[in-house]
Formats: sequence, structure tokens, C-alpha cells
Amino acid sequence: MTIYLPIAELSVNIFVILGMGAAVGFLSGMFGVGGGFLITPLLIFYNIPPVVAVATGANQVVASSVSGAITHFRRGTLDMKLGFILLAGGLAGATVGIWIFSLLRRLGQLDLVISLLYVVFLGFIGSLMLVESINAIRKTRKGVVTPRMAGQHPWIHRLPFKMRFKKSKIYLSVIPIILIGFGIGVLTSVMGVGGGFIMVPAMIYLLRVPTNVVVGTSLFQIIFTTAYTTVVQAATNYSVDIVLAFILMVAGVVGAQYGVRVGQKLRGEQLRALLALLVLAVGFRLFLQLVITPDDIYSLAIGGGAH
Amino acid sequence: MKRVAFKTLALKALGLIALLSLAAPSAQAQSIVPPSQHEGDERLEIGMNTSQIAITPDFAGTDLAIFGAVVNADELLNSIGQYDVVVSLEGPKDDATVRRKDRVFGIWINRQSMTFEQVPQSYTLSSTRKIEGQPGVPPLDAPGIGIGIDHIGLIPAGYMGSGDSLTEFRDAYKRLKKKSGLYQPDPGGVRFISSTLFQANLKLPANIPNGTHMVRATLFKSGKFVMEKTLPLRVVKTGLEQTITNAAHEQPVLYGMASVLLALITGWGASVMFRRD
Repeated sequence: MTIYLPIAELSVNIFVILGMGAAVGFLSGMFGVGGGFLITPLLIFYNIPPVVAVATGANQVVASSVSGAITHFRRGTLDMKLGFILLAGGLAGATVGIWIFSLLRRLGQLDLVISLLYVVFLGFIGSLMLVESINAIRKTRKGVVTPRMAGQHPWIHRLPFKMRFKKSKIYLSVIPIILIGFGIGVLTSVMGVGGGFIMVPAMIYLLRVPTNVVVGTSLFQIIFTTAYTTVVQAATNYSVDIVLAFILMVAGVVGAQYGVRVGQKLRGEQLRALLALLVLAVGFRLFLQLVITPDDIYSLAIGGGAH
Repeated sequence: MKRVAFKTLALKALGLIALLSLAAPSAQAQSIVPPSQHEGDERLEIGMNTSQIAITPDFAGTDLAIFGAVVNADELLNSIGQYDVVVSLEGPKDDATVRRKDRVFGIWINRQSMTFEQVPQSYTLSSTRKIEGQPGVPPLDAPGIGIGIDHIGLIPAGYMGSGDSLTEFRDAYKRLKKKSGLYQPDPGGVRFISSTLFQANLKLPANIPNGTHMVRATLFKSGKFVMEKTLPLRVVKTGLEQTITNAAHEQPVLYGMASVLLALITGWGASVMFRRD
């Protein structure tokens, strides 16, 4: 059964989109990630224009992070104060990101930059995760339990404008928090991701936020950054496809519920190794698209913008 | 599953009858006036069964029928097929940018681009014969604007460079447009139903753009331009999908907010439905 996507301006098989949404939702539930970094490349593989894939991906992440954030809010594992400061940086970053996005689109380099960013990020994160999980698997086989090294980042703690975050039990400068929020905001606009896969490790390792509040707090800020990005993308690039987003989010939230259940039964290291392989595979596929000789070296777009 | 709100066959027939009655008195007039007196007085009349086409979401392309008559036709010339008719449907105009990729450090990157100003987004042509002509048959060409895809004015905006790449980009533009089905020639798409009445079938592609299109019919005698007639045709997309597209372009902020609201409700709904703690 095909359905016409009004903004992407093409007809797609609704079951392919439902399947994509459910599969990514399942994975995001299983691994506790937002899934935006998988949805956007998958949509691009399915010939959805990257402009639409990115904007619609951000919209889909709103839905997937809301249900997660509500759960964390009920459990009390969400630091609102920290979340709002991250958000201030996030909104500024998203605004700058949209500006970059529109500029790249005018220059005709948007598709290239999106693919390149995905190749770099997916390759980097995937490799790190793979190495880390393989080491962990080895260690559990050997029966050695190594305590996680508490790395020191004294320069971060020497920065001014310190603030006390009661829930996270930390006393920290707002500068690194705003900077992290800003960086994630840019990525949300340009790549259509929530950015949890970068924010969570950054909060744990750089800001020393306790692990139990990290996921809830990052989800909380992701809701607002992606919501803001969706509205601004709609207003500047007219590229949010509400039909596509709705199919993805419905399938996604249902898939996530089953993912969570499966995830609880599986071993953490093996799960992370699997996710790492998947992330690397998606990155490699995007890389191939960049280096393989295209069928037609010419492309056509309505509107001006030649330079 | 034809999605165009075309009127029925009955309407087409009505159109034909109307044109027949239009052609009939002139044929009479011709018999009264000595045929030698008014040479070159032939006129072209055209009509359509509709001036507006509503396209529903499952539209997959269709044929548009245009009827016409050559009034005051010279019977001798007509009998040996010296009259040719070309009917074209030109879509609304907009700028179009063609980009070319080149390999840079192993990666394919858009390097050069060219914007053509105000080119028709779609162009369908139908004729009694090939407009390019062939040995012994002159090409069909209208003064000023020209006829056919090769005559569409592709004027680059602020372009500076060699003529070679201009030709390349123009060729690429036409090739891409033909490939997408938006530009299509159909030699033989016009046929005479009687000695003076003709019917032209224009293929409307599935991706036909919204807006006011122009039907242009041109009459040729022995390969020479005689006259042309134009009629506007409005293409209006209908249905939920079009409502969404309109909302996204006319009320983009509200549309964005609605998208977010939908996401919030979906996410919240899921957390309520699957609540376990």
C-alpha cells in the first residue's frame, strides 16, 4: 500500500516506513537511545530528500523522547535545573544550526555535509562503542571486574559562574553545560538527531553528572530542542513532513516498548557490541554513497541558488 | 482509479458537437465565397471540455483532450495533408538550478551550478507530425517563441563561463526534465477526426505542477506558421495531502507547532498506554 508524502513529494510504501519506525523504535528502546541518528540515514537510503529526512527526523525524536522523559520524571531521575541550562545552550545552537542548514541548502552542499557528518559521527561513535564493548566482553570472560577510572578534569571545575545542582549533587560552572547544549543544538538542526548519543557520555565523563539522572535530563532537553528545531525547520525550509513523521512516531513508540523488554533480558556488553556494528554499517553505507560514481552527475532543483 | 476529475465522455461529445456546429457554417460560407478569393484566410479554433483540472491524491497521470477546427481550410491543400497542428501545454514558470558533481578527494561533490530563469516547470507537446522535420519536410517553427523543447528559452542567471558548459547544462536540464516525465513530446498526438476537425491528446504526467498552464495550439500550412490560439488551464491539486502542503507553505509556524503537538500527544499517549510502573 503506497502513501503520498506531501512534503517529500513522493509516494512510498507505508509498510516500509512503519517497519523502519518500528525497527528503530525497538533498537532505541533496547539500547536507551533516541534513534534519530538511525532514522535520518535510513530515510535517506529510501530516497527521501535529505532536507526532509533531517527536519522530519527531529520531529520524530520529539515523540520518542517525550515518553522516555515522562517515565524518568515519574521516577524522579530528572534534573530540571541542569536540563534548563542545557536547553538555553541547545536553543541557541539550534538557531545557529538552522542558519547553517539554510546556507548549505542554498549552496547546494547540504546533502554532502549531512552525509559527511553522519559518516564521521557514526564511524567515530561506532568504533568507540565496539572497542569498549569488546573489552568489556573479554573482561567478563576472564572474570576480572575493573572499577571505572574516575578521570580528572580540573580545568572544567576551575571555570567561573558556578551553580549548585541539588538533584545531580554537583557544583559546576554553567559554561561547559551551555557549550555542550549548544553543540548538541547545532547537530539537532543539521543532522536531525536528538543528540543523546553524544550528550550522555559528555555529561557522564566531562560534567560528572550521576548516571541515574543523565538519561532523564538529556531526554528532557532533547524534547525542547527538537520541538524548537521542528518549528523553525517548518518555518524556514518548509521541510517537515507531518505524514511521514506521524507514521514513524507511531511505529517508533510501539517498537520502543518491545525493545525495552528485550533489552532487559540481554547482556549489556553484547547489546552494545551489536549496536556498534549496526552504527558502523549505516555509516559505511553512507560513505559508499559518497564515493561511488553517481548514475547522473547532474541534478536539478526548483528555484534559484546557483553560485 | 483515474484521479482527474474529468467530465464524462458525454461532455467530450458535447464539445465535439459544439465545434462541429462552429465549423459547419464556415464550411457553408466557403462554398458561397469563391475559393480563390481568400487564400490564407484559414483560422484555428480550439476548445476544451474543462478549464480546470482537479487532481486527487492517487493521480498517476492522464490524457487531456483538446478539440479544434481549422476554419476556412483550403480543401485542396487539406486533402493532401498540408495542414499541421501542434498543441502544447506549458506549465507555470519558475527558476530551476542544475548542479554538476565532480570528484574531489574521492568524494562526489556538487561543484558547478547554473540557474535558468523562469523556465516552464512542465512542457507537453503533441503534433500531427515530427516538429523537427525531415528530408523534404520542413520543420514546424513559430516566429518569436518557437515550438518544442529545444526552443524553450534557457537563460542562465548571472552566468559567466564558456559556451561549452552552457550547452552541457542546457542538455542536462532537458534530459533530467524528460526523464522525470515533466517534458514530453508526442509526435502524432494530434489527429484529424474529419477533414477540418482535430483532436489533440496531451499526456499530463503524475507529477504535474500546480498552477495555471497554457494550452497553445499552432496551425501550419505547408510547414509555414499561420496562427496560434492559447487557452489557460488551471491545475488544482485537491485532497488531504494538498491541504497539508498548503498549510506547510502558507502557515509554516502553525504547521510546525501542529507537528510538534502531534509528536507530544503520540509520545505522551504511548507512555500512558504502556505504563508499567
